[in-house]
Amino acid sequence: MIAESMYQELILEHYKHPQGRGLREPFDAEVHHVNPTCGDELTLRVKVADGGKVLDVSYDGQGCSISQAAASVLHELATGSTVDESLSVVEEFTRLMQGRGQVEPDEDVLGDAVAFAGVAKFPARVKCALLAWMAYKDALMRSQG
Amino acid sequence: MSAVPGFDVERIRKDFPVLTRELPGGRPLVYLDSGNSSQKPAQVVETMRDHLTWHYGNVGRALHVLGSESTEAYEDARGKIAAFVGAPSRDEIVFTKNASEALNLVAYAFGNPIGEDERFRMGPGDEIVISEMEHHSNIVPWQMLAQRTGATLRWFPVTDEGRLDVEGLEELVNERTKIVSITHQSNVLGTVNSVSPILARAREVGALMMLDASQSVPHQAVDVAELGVDFVAFTGHKMVGPSGIGVLWGRRELLDAMPPFLGGGEMIEAVWMDHSTYAPVPHKFEAGTPPIVEAIGLGAAVDYLTAVGMDQIKAHEKELVAYALEALPELPGLRIIGPRTPIARGGTISFTLEGIHPHDVGQILDDVYGIAVRVGHHCARPLHLRFGIPATTRASFYLYNTTAEIDALVRGLHHVQKVFG
Repeated sequence: MIAESMYQELILEHYKHPQGRGLREPFDAEVHHVNPTCGDELTLRVKVADGGKVLDVSYDGQGCSISQAAASVLHELATGSTVDESLSVVEEFTRLMQGRGQVEPDEDVLGDAVAFAGVAKFPARVKCALLAWMAYKDALMRSQG
Repeated sequence: MSAVPGFDVERIRKDFPVLTRELPGGRPLVYLDSGNSSQKPAQVVETMRDHLTWHYGNVGRALHVLGSESTEAYEDARGKIAAFVGAPSRDEIVFTKNASEALNLVAYAFGNPIGEDERFRMGPGDEIVISEMEHHSNIVPWQMLAQRTGATLRWFPVTDEGRLDVEGLEELVNERTKIVSITHQSNVLGTVNSVSPILARAREVGALMMLDASQSVPHQAVDVAELGVDFVAFTGHKMVGPSGIGVLWGRRELLDAMPPFLGGGEMIEAVWMDHSTYAPVPHKFEAGTPPIVEAIGLGAAVDYLTAVGMDQIKAHEKELVAYALEALPELPGLRIIGPRTPIARGGTISFTLEGIHPHDVGQILDDVYGIAVRVGHHCARPLHLRFGIPATTRASFYLYNTTAEIDALVRGLHHVQKVFG
């Protein structure tokens, strides 16, 4: 019953009812990221206001429950926050995912994303969880570029 | 119990200690991933251990006792494999590291300035024919060949049922075709391809024909002479042998006409500073120290399979696949990608579950039930694109699998649907 710790109720909820899914206008940058080993794909757009506020993160793609739920959670956390704030969440999320299950997550920073802590114990699935988050970081850099 | 007379699956399972393993959490192992790589019987492991412990030396060049013993065992293995696939001569068995290397070896013989034989000349205007159901090993080497030579790569399409579409055979294989290379049995669909009509057309137009038999040689008696093709590639690790050893069978006369592949020790006759002459086949294609113990292990694997009987193994797998084709569709939303009848197909079943990604299917099956399946595109991405899906879940059976394990798979899939439903 090891997987139970990975498929948290919150992850399954986001998978079944994705938040903010669909590509929207206007946007400053669009990126397309793929996960070659499993064929997961994600197109992601960001719209940032002049003051650095993230106005929208919109996305579309296909993939496993982990990758799709991670995109949904990212949308919730990033939209409405600032670029700097959201990047610190990305950083903490990346640290958690790459910690092989040995990292104590900072719940204050991560919010709902803490539900993915169990995924870190499955090296093959870490890149699923990170797909949307890496795409977001990439899109932000391009939008600032 | 198996319904095949004289085939005792429980006795066979005892030869594979790993099948009695309990995984963490007390789950029994249900291994349904033999199309990926098979498990190894104690007889193979013991043969390799014994050789490494008591007889090991380098082959073909050491004159001492150990060198002779290793050389004899290595060459014995070649003889066993030749007999196993009905090769007219043991010199037609070339050891490679896997089926991919065997396919590349043949691809590199074409359009190679070292070679002089007309049949292997290749340039713009020439054509290479493969199929849409190939795995990457039988696609990429030919793409690279086309890039090197300016030749054109073409392919057979696949029907909705997962069979090779040979409707356009006459046009596809034509006077410009130099080589046709297709799979004998699909690693995704399970489809066993009918070779003779394609071979007949290849002969008509003077093209050579190669079979990727990685998924057929482990599961049915394959006789290369009877098939009548020019080259056959297969690999050891899918046929209860070790990894690191593969085989290219080729017609002697063609192997003689081909340029060498990798250069190095053992493949030469004489070397000067500015040129070399080459050893006769098969050694011409075996540069450097080969995978000695792996070849000997493959010889033991062939002994094991022969003792069980390839026809018995085929019959047992046919029972399993017929059972699974009955049982799986009871799951709502399950779509089998490939033939839905147990005719001209092997024991490999790929499927999708509506709304659930194969990675999630595989993870739950493994973590909750200890069921090992493969998920993803199985190194056959173009075939998945053909069916408009990114990935599938694949269960593949072998001589040691049981109908009880298929029942476990069905139970596991019901649970998967509960979690994600």
